[in-house]
Amino acid sequence: MDLELLYEAIISGILLGCFYAAVSLGLSLAFGLLDVPHIAHPSFLVLGAFATYMLGLQGVDPLLAGLLMMPVFFVFGLAVYQFYYSTFEKRGTDTGLRGIAFFFGVAFIVEVGLIVAFGVDQRLVEAPYIGTSTRFGEMRIPNRMLVAFGVAVLITTVLTIYLAKTFTGRAIKAVAQDEGALRLMGADPVRIKRFAFAIATATCALAGALLIIVGPVDPGLGRLYIGRTFCVVVLAGLGSMSGTVVAGLILGIAESIVLASVGAAWAPAVAFGILLVVLGVRPAGLFGR
Amino acid sequence: MQHTRRKLLAGASALLAATALAAPGAVLAQGQPIKVGIGIAQTGPLGGGGKAALLGLQMWVDDVNAKGGLLGRKVQLIAYDDQSNPAVTPGIYTKLLDVDKVDLLVAPYGTNPTAPIMPLVKQRDLLLMGNFSFDANAKIQHDKWFNNAPWGAGAVAWGGTFLEAGKALGGKTIAFLAADAEFAQNLATGARAISKAMGLQTVYDQNYPPNTVDFSSMIRAVRNAKPDIVFVASYPGESAALVRAVNEIGVGSSVKLIGGGMVGLQFTPIMEPLGSMLNGFVNFHSWVPEKTMDFPGVADFLKRYQARAVQEKVDPLGFYLPPYNYAIGQMLEQAVTATKSLDHKMLADYIRKNEMKTIVGNIRYDAVGEWATPRLPMIQFQGVTDKNVDQFRGPGRQVIIAPAKLQTGNVQPFDKLRK
Repeated sequence: MDLELLYEAIISGILLGCFYAAVSLGLSLAFGLLDVPHIAHPSFLVLGAFATYMLGLQGVDPLLAGLLMMPVFFVFGLAVYQFYYSTFEKRGTDTGLRGIAFFFGVAFIVEVGLIVAFGVDQRLVEAPYIGTSTRFGEMRIPNRMLVAFGVAVLITTVLTIYLAKTFTGRAIKAVAQDEGALRLMGADPVRIKRFAFAIATATCALAGALLIIVGPVDPGLGRLYIGRTFCVVVLAGLGSMSGTVVAGLILGIAESIVLASVGAAWAPAVAFGILLVVLGVRPAGLFGR
Repeated sequence: MQHTRRKLLAGASALLAATALAAPGAVLAQGQPIKVGIGIAQTGPLGGGGKAALLGLQMWVDDVNAKGGLLGRKVQLIAYDDQSNPAVTPGIYTKLLDVDKVDLLVAPYGTNPTAPIMPLVKQRDLLLMGNFSFDANAKIQHDKWFNNAPWGAGAVAWGGTFLEAGKALGGKTIAFLAADAEFAQNLATGARAISKAMGLQTVYDQNYPPNTVDFSSMIRAVRNAKPDIVFVASYPGESAALVRAVNEIGVGSSVKLIGGGMVGLQFTPIMEPLGSMLNGFVNFHSWVPEKTMDFPGVADFLKRYQARAVQEKVDPLGFYLPPYNYAIGQMLEQAVTATKSLDHKMLADYIRKNEMKTIVGNIRYDAVGEWATPRLPMIQFQGVTDKNVDQFRGPGRQVIIAPAKLQTGNVQPFDKLRK
């Protein structure tokens, strides 16, 4: 592999890694911080992608569609968490296992609902930044990947600042560490978790828009992203926003270099191999405590 | 004497009982529908094609029932979703045979889900109508397998016509880009052998993992290798991603021909949004609205299909799979009607020895149950514009460049059609 190709593969990997981070940030919040076994997260991404597709048919730009759907997804997230809390979390024992079953059920309902509504065909959207590229010297970079990069940086920055600087943000971090202590401080952990889960779901609207901007989407696509998103979140260390970006970058760059070199078929094995090695050395993940 | 009379009475009673039991059964069998079983993708990556294909088969069932059915019995279609997952097809076909007791079998759409059921049908010595498989019977050599796919046995009709077009454009070097899955690998292996026989020099050869998200790195590597011809064997989502990546990154001015085995570029929901990005790509198809493919009945079928497709939320044009699935039904109808039987050996003998008349043309089968005379159109996208599904309804946008019998236009260098 010559140096120029390697350099280009690293740049592509950075962009791809940011995309992986963007689609994993919501999960990092829900699973990493709140300890909710949110297997349905990729299905919510696909739901966001189809919402973008629907608005796209009305002529709305995909990115704008993702932003417009965020409040709707926020409310949806509130409702899902409330239901999950009332029927599972509140009852205590075996919450984890039953929670996984619950979110698997939610994922299937979302998938089947999308099939009934849209059929099983793959859907694409059109926008000026899809199918075009920007030239940096001799190198051409797909604009859709630049958009993914920008959105990932934006969501990470906003979430990091929100969690560090605002009262509710700090409460979300606190609920992840010690729910009982938070209750003693006069805050309602359930309300905080509901709010945080809603934020995680709202990010799915924008990340879902990225999903359909980057490639074709069908109702069953969520299944393929279960492995990728959980891999990013676990590699990052549960609940770390900046760690999620770093983990996404590691996987994206590894995948991109392997694809550009001999043995492209090994790309997923290399990515998951990295996960195994990191967990062997640091069981809590790169940025886990 | 007493003993004999008792025996006689017992025998008569048994005979009466048997008659009483058998008679309604016989009447019931007469009235029971002929069951046609299929496991076909309704979800997953092959679901889009599978749904459209199933509608084509269902339309044949509706048509044959409207004519009074087969052998005086209605035809019933029993279909299960194989979820595009080859692991579940043996279970589905065992259920179709042992629980649903189907009379006739149609294979799943595609090679990957079909391969696992080949040992089952061979072991039970059953007739199986193949459904767009590629060389699924090459190793098993089952004598009751008849694949309805226009490419025939081996990769000659497929890779051969594509590579000949590349050579005609002056191609001397080639790059291979194939998904790491059964069908794509079969295709690429065949194309590699033909390429070697043609004396083309391989400058790049990579398999990629299915469901790859971004192909930028691979397209850069291909461009770096400076091939004249790029042979691609890919699945729907990846095909769309590859077309986009080629448009964004550029595949290099050396490339005269690109495509070959890209599944998905035949499906309207993928073709429409890609629009002008498709120009120059050469790819296989099964049917396009060009004058050389106007077989009797196909226009009427497509008109009726397209009217139902919108309601059923399937491919609105339906050129690729639906006519061929309707044709599978027509072949079963022709064989059952001619032999007046549902016996699989008789049906297989009939299909092997006779010409099948279908809406996708007349078909004869070879010894391994593939089309004896392949008729695979290799098309080139020419003059495609953006946001216009109707442009694909008529001739001129998917020009047939090979084989000569179907040809409606000449292949153009990739670069020329991109400008």
